Amino acid sequence: MQEKDIQAIVESVLAELQASEGATVDTAQAYPAADVDDLQIDLDDPTLPEARQQPGIERPINPDGLRALMAATPARIGVGRSGPRPRTAASLLFLADHGVTQDALMHAVDADLLEELGLFSVESQAADRQTYLKRPDLGRKLTEAAKAVLRDRCTKNPDVQIFVGDGLSGAAIDHNLRQIMPVLEQGLNSAGLSVGTPFFVKNARVGLLNDVNGIVDARVCAILIGERPGLARAQSMSIYLGYRPRSASTDANRDAICNIYEGGLNPLEAGAHAVQLIQRMIRDKASGVGLKLV
Amino acid sequence: MLLRTKLFGKTFEFKSVRELMGKANEPKSGDELAGLAATSIAERVAAKYVLAEITLETLRANPAVPYDRDDVTRVIDDAVNETIYSEIKGWTVGDFREWLLADKTTADMIRRVSNALTGEMVAAVTKLMSNLDLIYGAKKIRVTSHCVNTAGLPGTLASRCQPNHPVDSPEGIRAAIYEGLSYGSGDSVIGINPVDDSLSSVARLLDMTYDIIGTWQIPTQNCLLSHVTTQMQAMKKGAPVGLVFQSLSGSQLGNESFGIDVGMMDEAYALAQKYCWPTGPNYMYFESGQGSALSADAHNGWDQLTLEARIYGLAKRWKPYQVNTVVGFIGPEYLYDAIQITRAGLEDHFMGKLTGIPMGCDACYTNHARATQNDIENLAVLLSAAGCNYFMGVPMGDDAMLAYQCTSFHDAPSLRQTLGLRPLPEFEAWMEDLGLMKAGVLTDKAGDPSFFLDR
Repeated sequence: MQEKDIQAIVESVLAELQASEGATVDTAQAYPAADVDDLQIDLDDPTLPEARQQPGIERPINPDGLRALMAATPARIGVGRSGPRPRTAASLLFLADHGVTQDALMHAVDADLLEELGLFSVESQAADRQTYLKRPDLGRKLTEAAKAVLRDRCTKNPDVQIFVGDGLSGAAIDHNLRQIMPVLEQGLNSAGLSVGTPFFVKNARVGLLNDVNGIVDARVCAILIGERPGLARAQSMSIYLGYRPRSASTDANRDAICNIYEGGLNPLEAGAHAVQLIQRMIRDKASGVGLKLV
Repeated sequence: MLLRTKLFGKTFEFKSVRELMGKANEPKSGDELAGLAATSIAERVAAKYVLAEITLETLRANPAVPYDRDDVTRVIDDAVNETIYSEIKGWTVGDFREWLLADKTTADMIRRVSNALTGEMVAAVTKLMSNLDLIYGAKKIRVTSHCVNTAGLPGTLASRCQPNHPVDSPEGIRAAIYEGLSYGSGDSVIGINPVDDSLSSVARLLDMTYDIIGTWQIPTQNCLLSHVTTQMQAMKKGAPVGLVFQSLSGSQLGNESFGIDVGMMDEAYALAQKYCWPTGPNYMYFESGQGSALSADAHNGWDQLTLEARIYGLAKRWKPYQVNTVVGFIGPEYLYDAIQITRAGLEDHFMGKLTGIPMGCDACYTNHARATQNDIENLAVLLSAAGCNYFMGVPMGDDAMLAYQCTSFHDAPSLRQTLGLRPLPEFEAWMEDLGLMKAGVLTDKAGDPSFFLDR
C-alpha cells in the first residue's frame, strides 16, 4: 500500500472517530449562526496608556481633580465600582495584565544584546527554568564549569566587579542593560576605580555575589538582576551590592537599588546612584546594615 | 526514643521529633526544598498519627533551636507561664486539638493556655488540623488591640491602606490613600512600604501621612515599613510615627539576616512607647511568612510551619497592635500553588490567634506562583469566616511598588457586605460622619478619591 493511501485511511478513520465522539467539533459548522452581519465588535487596545487613564467613576465629585490624582501614580486608582466590586473594564484589564506577565515569565535574555555589550555567559547550578523556580539554592551557586571560565577570563582584584543575571525577568535585562551599563562603567572609571570583567549568568539569584567574589576578589561586587515581575511590568531591574561579599554574606550585608525601569527609577539615575553608593562602601569599608551604622 | 506506627500493615519509623514534625506537615514545596517533607502520603499520615501521641512537655524539651544557642527560643521559653504549663504539659497533641475544638472550651480558656505555649506546640497541633478545623478553631479566639482605634473586636474586619508608589512620590501616595479611604480601607493602618529606606525620605512620608490623618481627623495610625533602625532614627528626630514596623524570623540566625536581634527590638519597643504619637498601648506592627528562615539558611533543619509559629511567640513579647503573614509573597519555592498558599494562610492566622497575637493576613501571590486573583479572593473569604483581624487594601490588588498581587481596596467592603462585618468602630463612625458609609454599606459618595480634595 502506498504511503498516501495509508494516510487517507488514517484520516478517514480519525474523521469518523471525531464525528462519533464529538472530540473536535467545528462549532461554527455544527451550529451555524443566524444572520449576524449587524453584530460588529472591533475593540481598540484597552492596554494602551490613554485607555488606562480613563476614569471609571461615572460622576466624580471633582472630575479635574480625579484626573490629576490618577496622573500622580501608576497605581490603579479612580477605577470605580459597581456595588463594592470593580467595574468590568478595570476587572478585565487586570486579567489581561496578569495574563501577559504569566506568558512572559520564561523569557530568555536577548543573546544579541549580551554580545553587543561584550558579556560572555555562564550558568548557575539551576539547570533549567523550573528547577530555578523551585530551587533558589541552586541559583545562588555557580557550576564548576562557570567557575573555571571566570577564573580564566576575569580580571582579579578589581575595585569593582559588575555582572548581570536574568533573575525572574529576563525582559528587565533586555529593557535596561543597554542604558545602565555605560553609566556604571564610565562613572566608576571617572571616580578612579578599576572595573572587573563583566559577564552574564543564566538562572541567577542575588546570592551569586558570594560565589563570584570568591573568584574575582573585588572590593565591591554588584549584580544587575531582573526582579520578580509585577502586573504588566516585567521590565523592573535591581542592583544588589556588597562590600567584599564572602560565602557567609546575607541580605543584611548587602545594599539594593530597586525598581529600575523607565517608569520607576530611571536607569541613568540608578547608575549614577550606584556609583555614589559604591564610593561610599569603599570609603567606609562596609555595606548593608554595617554601612548604616557607620 | 521510639517514634513508630503501622499503617495498613506497613511500619513507619521516625528518628527524631524534628523529623516527625517535618513529615507531619501538609505538603509545602519549601519543606521539599529543605529535604524535610514526607516522601509519600502514607508516611505523612503515619507521622500525624505518631505526632498525635507526643506530649506538650516533649515539644517544649525539643525546640527547633536549642535554648543556649538561640534568643528566639529563650524569649519564648522564658515567657511560659509555669503554673498553666504544669496543668497542660501531660496533654498529647491529639488531646490538645480536641480540647481546642470542644464546645466547653471558651475563648478565655484558650487565651489563658496561650500563655503556656511554645511555637513547637502551636505548630504541632496545627499539623493535625484540617482547613475547616483551622477556621473553626481560630474563630473561637478573639485577640483585640488598641492604638488610635480598637482592632480585633468580633464582627469587625479592618483593612490596611497600602498606597505604595514605585518612587515614593508623596503626591502619588497621597492619591492612593484618598482612593483607599474612599472605600473604607485604612482602619488598620495607613502603611507604606518605601523604596528609599533613608531617614529623610521616611520622615517626609511620615509627615505627609500624619498631615492627612490630622486634616481629616481620621481614627487611624500611620506606619513606614522601612528597616526598624530607620524608624528608630526617625522617632529620635521627632518624626510622627504611629506604629513601628519590622519583619521577624523564627530563629536568631534568621533575624540576623534581617539585620535585627532581640536587644535591638527591645530598644525599638522602648522608643515606640517613648515617642509614638497615638494613644497605644500597642505600638508595634510585625510581618512574617513561611519560608523566610529557610531562605536565609536559618531553619536549623526544621520545617517552615514550626519556624513560623516561633515568630508569633517572639512577636508577643512586644505586645503588637497587629501582625500579619505575607503568605504568598515569598514565592513558589516555599508555597508552590494556590492549594499550598491557602493552607498556609489558614495555618498562619490560626497559629497567630492561638499564640495570642492580633493576627491579620496579607493574602497574596507573586507572578511566578501558580495562583490567580480568584485564589486570593477565596482565601480572603475563608479567613474572614475565621475571624481574621485585617487584610491589605491595594489599588485593584496590584501593588505598584512590591510587584505582587494581594487584596483590592474593593475587597474589604465586599467581604464586609457579604459576611455582615464592619470596619473598626471608631473608623466606621468617622465614615458615617463624612457620609461615605451608612449601616455598614458604602454610599454613593464612596469609591471616589476626589472626595478628599476639598480640605
